Amino acid sequence: MSIPAINQRTLAPWIFLAPGVLFFLVYVIVPIFQSMEISFYAWDGLGERTWVGTGNYVELMDDEAFYTSLKNNVIWLVLYMLAIPAGLFIALFLNQTVWGIRLYKSLFFFPFVISQVVVGLVFSWFYDPSYGLMNVIITSLGFDAIPVLADERYVTYGIIAAGLWPQTAYCMILYLTGLNAVDPEQIEAGRLDNARGWRMLWYVVLPQLKPATFIAVVVTVIGALRSFDLISIMTDGGPWGSSRVLAFYMYEQAFSEYGFRMGYGAAIAVVLFLIMIIYISAFLYKMYRDERDL
Amino acid sequence: MFPAPIDRRPAAVGVAYRTALPIALLLWLLPLLAVALTSIRSAGDITAGNYWGWPTTINIVENYTAIFENTPIGKYILNSFKVTIPTVIGAVALSCMTGFALAVYRFRANLLVFFMFVAGNFVPFQILMVPVRDLTLQMGLYNTITGLALFHIAFQTGFCTLFMRNFIRALPRELIEAARVEGVSEIRIFWFVVLPLMKPAIAALSVLIFTFIWNDYFWATVLTQGSDTQPITAGLYSLNGQWVAAWHLVSAGSIVAAIPPVAMFFLMQRHFIAGLTLGAVK
Repeated sequence: MSIPAINQRTLAPWIFLAPGVLFFLVYVIVPIFQSMEISFYAWDGLGERTWVGTGNYVELMDDEAFYTSLKNNVIWLVLYMLAIPAGLFIALFLNQTVWGIRLYKSLFFFPFVISQVVVGLVFSWFYDPSYGLMNVIITSLGFDAIPVLADERYVTYGIIAAGLWPQTAYCMILYLTGLNAVDPEQIEAGRLDNARGWRMLWYVVLPQLKPATFIAVVVTVIGALRSFDLISIMTDGGPWGSSRVLAFYMYEQAFSEYGFRMGYGAAIAVVLFLIMIIYISAFLYKMYRDERDL
Repeated sequence: MFPAPIDRRPAAVGVAYRTALPIALLLWLLPLLAVALTSIRSAGDITAGNYWGWPTTINIVENYTAIFENTPIGKYILNSFKVTIPTVIGAVALSCMTGFALAVYRFRANLLVFFMFVAGNFVPFQILMVPVRDLTLQMGLYNTITGLALFHIAFQTGFCTLFMRNFIRALPRELIEAARVEGVSEIRIFWFVVLPLMKPAIAALSVLIFTFIWNDYFWATVLTQGSDTQPITAGLYSLNGQWVAAWHLVSAGSIVAAIPPVAMFFLMQRHFIAGLTLGAVK
């Protein structure tokens, strides 16, 4: 092999990488560290920054709203996981070959394709205490209407239910694709061994769906921690801040009419980032292991 | 196949299944159907509280012309296209190159660069918000479509690189080796050997990124304001504030906002799903 060819091959990857890496560094990687830095300052976004050390974090420790947001984040994370079994259930229901099933599958996937802004509007309306469908049904059964989005006790659950709608659709499509790849011979072998229903699902099918489950968990965790759109559309954090999550509270502190507290907002974002980093590391670790096996 | 095909079960099960399907679908899409139905109701129906019954008059033309004539919704839609299309082109172009570099060449920092893209793709938006807004302001691009699109291109490059790299990795390596033996330069290998094979991946990413960006709400509110630059998601939010209780208009607006990504999905379904599964589930 000639020397220029080798040179070309050491240089080529960096030339191909340069524009993408540059963009990504400027807009994604560097800002992460800048946010960390800003979290040690008091800053209104325009004037001079004032160094406050760990002041923002100390303040967070005593901030009631921060704990409400953190608690809601945990509720989101836990309940969002329901999308995975629910998605599996619908996928199993739809994994047939009757006439028109393809169209059914697409239509079931619909909620994921539309914007969360639209999902939020649809559900706010569904929950409306005077004419929303949910309360029409409840009152016709003789119960009192529940103003879901105006009641501190229910509001977070109401928003999560709205979020579960598209998220379940996403998990469903992951499992439908996974079920397509399940080895028919193993299923037949299982049938000969008299495995059916739950036992077949648990011992034969689910192990083969592992890659689908892994991705479903990853996208669901990220979806849960990114929950911002629905809260902003449906309640704006209310009533009395009871439906805030960290992502929303951060935005509120940094940009809303409550003032431009960039440093404090950045500190909240750093906390959220630290939670996310657990999942990111787990994902990278798994990828690393898979790479090594290749 | 699991569960066992319905046709292998008794005929009654088959009939029950075929009846259950449309009912399940109806229940699943009920909120959306209600919106579609409400978007053609008259204002009279709304004040009379007829939200869930059949509309007394079909006002499809009136309502949809009303939102386009009385609100800047047409502008919002146009802005959405102006942000989405360059983002799709930019992110896909950049990631074709990064994906190629990371899949084909062995060099020490390879995995490190790759993991940087993957990890960055998963970070919460909020940790980027303050610095990105600041950067956009300093470049004089705050409240411009360019500023919003530039950020989207950069951020989506993370996900696209993950996808492209895995896709190119699965291509037969012999093709590249054979070209090298022939003395073909690296850039020509990229352009003439690999790129033509990447068409399915490009299609998958294009539809997926189109939907993601079209539906973006967070960055639209952070980097733009007002109907001259805001895309439809942010526009719908402010219109919702103006149209208090005018649910027939809110619904019509929602439907209009949902049409482009839905159309995209139906036209390119197979590619869309391939993209969503991150290529990991075959």
